[in-house]
Amino acid sequence: MRFAVPVFPGSNCDLDCVHAIEDVLQEPVEPVWHQEEDVSRFDAIILPGGFSYGDYLRTGALARFSPVMKGVKQAAESGKLVIGICNGFQILLEMGLLPGAMLTNDHLQFRCEMQTLIVENVETPFTCKYAPGEAIRIPIAHMSGNYFCDPSTLAELKQNGQIVFRYAGDNPNGSIEKIAGICNRKRNVLGMMPHPERAIADWMGSEDGKKLFQSMFAYWKENCGAA
Amino acid sequence: MYKATIFVTLKESVLDPQGVAVKGSLHSLGYAEVKDVRIGKRIEVLIESDNRRKAEQQVREICEKVLSNPVIEQFRFELEEVA
Repeated sequence: MRFAVPVFPGSNCDLDCVHAIEDVLQEPVEPVWHQEEDVSRFDAIILPGGFSYGDYLRTGALARFSPVMKGVKQAAESGKLVIGICNGFQILLEMGLLPGAMLTNDHLQFRCEMQTLIVENVETPFTCKYAPGEAIRIPIAHMSGNYFCDPSTLAELKQNGQIVFRYAGDNPNGSIEKIAGICNRKRNVLGMMPHPERAIADWMGSEDGKKLFQSMFAYWKENCGAA
Repeated sequence: MYKATIFVTLKESVLDPQGVAVKGSLHSLGYAEVKDVRIGKRIEVLIESDNRRKAEQQVREICEKVLSNPVIEQFRFELEEVA
């Protein structure tokens, strides 16, 4: 399974994602500079965290016009797995691959800490290795993770099981209904604020992020064959 | 040439944490009269055009596509002809 990690000016979690794939799955993974348009040779795409384009205008707003995003959009539409982590989630929202928008945290603080999440839906390619309702520890590090959408979108997300992760305990950013991660209707595109790539080893404080990458691999193996 | 002065603000229904924080500071300074603060962006765009209507349409498009996010924001703009 070949993974691409698009790198924008200002990305800073790209190498963490590369290492996560190498360490957890031992599968081929490549950083791809954002000027490259063709990512068709990859089976999955990880949009990394960071501050693409310095968060100018709005978080994720400018990265969506990078050439690589054309390829990412095609990959998403063709059913390949696309995951956006933190800034990657913000980019997916801005380009409309996921519904809603991100607001500044309600307390205006940049929060960087370990966070407990509840896995709300395990019937997705990203969570099939988790147990329903499992509490997992994945760190967050953001200032704009206050997920917002209108009531009809929220109703749709609930009805289609698109809410994948929720924050447990206190809401760390003001996100509507404590939403930490959502997927699209087809469930092949996931956006999440917490960083699973920073929770893949005991010395990191948690290994709970491993199962996310293992889920993606298991899904791909079953549905796309070990080509 | 036209100069568009664009104002992008959060929709009324969307909480503005920055505005709330600034309001709190103004209250602690003694300005109890301050009832609400909303913070937005002001963006200036110069457009090479000799047709006002066309320039206006382009500014609107730019606002819808890039400068504002319709999920959370609204915009308005003023257009003036400049030399």
